[in-house]
Amino acid sequence: MSQAPPLLQIRELLLPLLGPVTLSLAAGECLCVTGPSGSGKTLFLRALADLDPHEGEVYLQDVPAHTIAPPQWRRQVGLLPPESSWWLRTARAHFPAQWPAEPAARLGLDEAVLDRPVARLSSGERQRLALLRLLANRPHVLLLDEPTANLDADNTQRVEALIAGYRQQHPAAVIWVSHDPAQVRRVATRAVRLVDGCLKEQ
Amino acid sequence: MHMVILDNVDLAIAAALVLLLALLSWYMKTGISRQLLVAAVRTALQLTLIGLVLKVLFANAQPGWVALLSLFMLLIAGREVMVRQERRFRGWWGYAVGAVSMFLSSFAVTIFALVVILDNAPWYSPQYAIPLLGMLLGNTMNGISIAMDRLNQAAWDQRQVIEARLMLGERWDTAMAEYRHKAIRSGMIPMINAMAAAGVVSLPGMMTGQILAGSPPVEAVKYQILVMFLITAGTGLGTLAAVSIGSRHLFDQRQRLCLDRLHAPD
Repeated sequence: MSQAPPLLQIRELLLPLLGPVTLSLAAGECLCVTGPSGSGKTLFLRALADLDPHEGEVYLQDVPAHTIAPPQWRRQVGLLPPESSWWLRTARAHFPAQWPAEPAARLGLDEAVLDRPVARLSSGERQRLALLRLLANRPHVLLLDEPTANLDADNTQRVEALIAGYRQQHPAAVIWVSHDPAQVRRVATRAVRLVDGCLKEQ
Repeated sequence: MHMVILDNVDLAIAAALVLLLALLSWYMKTGISRQLLVAAVRTALQLTLIGLVLKVLFANAQPGWVALLSLFMLLIAGREVMVRQERRFRGWWGYAVGAVSMFLSSFAVTIFALVVILDNAPWYSPQYAIPLLGMLLGNTMNGISIAMDRLNQAAWDQRQVIEARLMLGERWDTAMAEYRHKAIRSGMIPMINAMAAAGVVSLPGMMTGQILAGSPPVEAVKYQILVMFLITAGTGLGTLAAVSIGSRHLFDQRQRLCLDRLHAPD
């Protein structure tokens, strides 16, 4: 048994259609969340990123969320939504000056995609770029909402490998919403199912 | 200077033109005749009424009465700003953003102009205070309602982008900056256009009115320039205030985008 304090603690998290949820995650863990659509998986992740009002408290390394400035919190507890958004013409403009060449290469992306107009990139390229953009913040907790939904088998495998590497090296905690039971078996260290707003350990 | 005094027949002839337009619109099934006529009747009634009110007010220029009429004008303007926005804030905020911004801009600029520029005695003399305030409120009202409509519409349409930026750790004002700038620009552009075209393409209404009423053109022009600068300052300040207050109110204490604070039109 590990003696380290949990990285992320969720206590009595309550939303209009979800909860109360209490759970904790250690660094290096990957919790997969499955459940029928409309069961509140996305709402759960949004509440953890503090994008929706909620009751209860979330702690990062024993520090309660409400004592951390929201931008700071969201950089440390990073949410990757199912659809990526881009507001400048090229992807490069969305990245810090230093292009993360090594993780990009592991996702099969070369630097040329950065200077093409975002509108001309495939949804799979955008999705992988969005993951890189999120990882550039070096978050302690990754909240992934179907991160491989638009990807083929090869790229799905690349994304899974990159996230597993980040999780172990950082080390970070991951909450991963997935529809694919095979993927859950591959990536999860723990799995829960969300049914009618309640989490059930599996 | 010679001044033609208008009688009711003159006004009736002008009204006949509007009536003709309404008939034509009705014949062409544009569906705007009714609105046109109601607006025309409102103009006639409201202006007659304000004419009478001003007559009484000029006769006894008590600061209390001037203040009361000013407040009344502000309250009506606040309501106009609110109903002109398709996606306004719910509850009293929908009213307050516009009314407070107009109070901050139009009132401040009017009082500044009365005290510092016109320097009349007494400074609240209704002959200057009420028309100036009316011009400022009327224009500021336009600027604020256009800007707020733009701002709230952008927040609604661009929710995904704004929240994506929040998720990456941007502050609310950074995530909203582009839409704030666009809203402010759209509120100020009508005034900038009006200044650019003044005298070349259009003779502004106030100046035209003064000249028709017998003022020497050069004097009318000076007043027009003064009024346009005041209107520009008032509209600009009001728009800045409304967009600042409004965009902050789109987010809560934890910098979450709160679209439930906006009315959803049917």
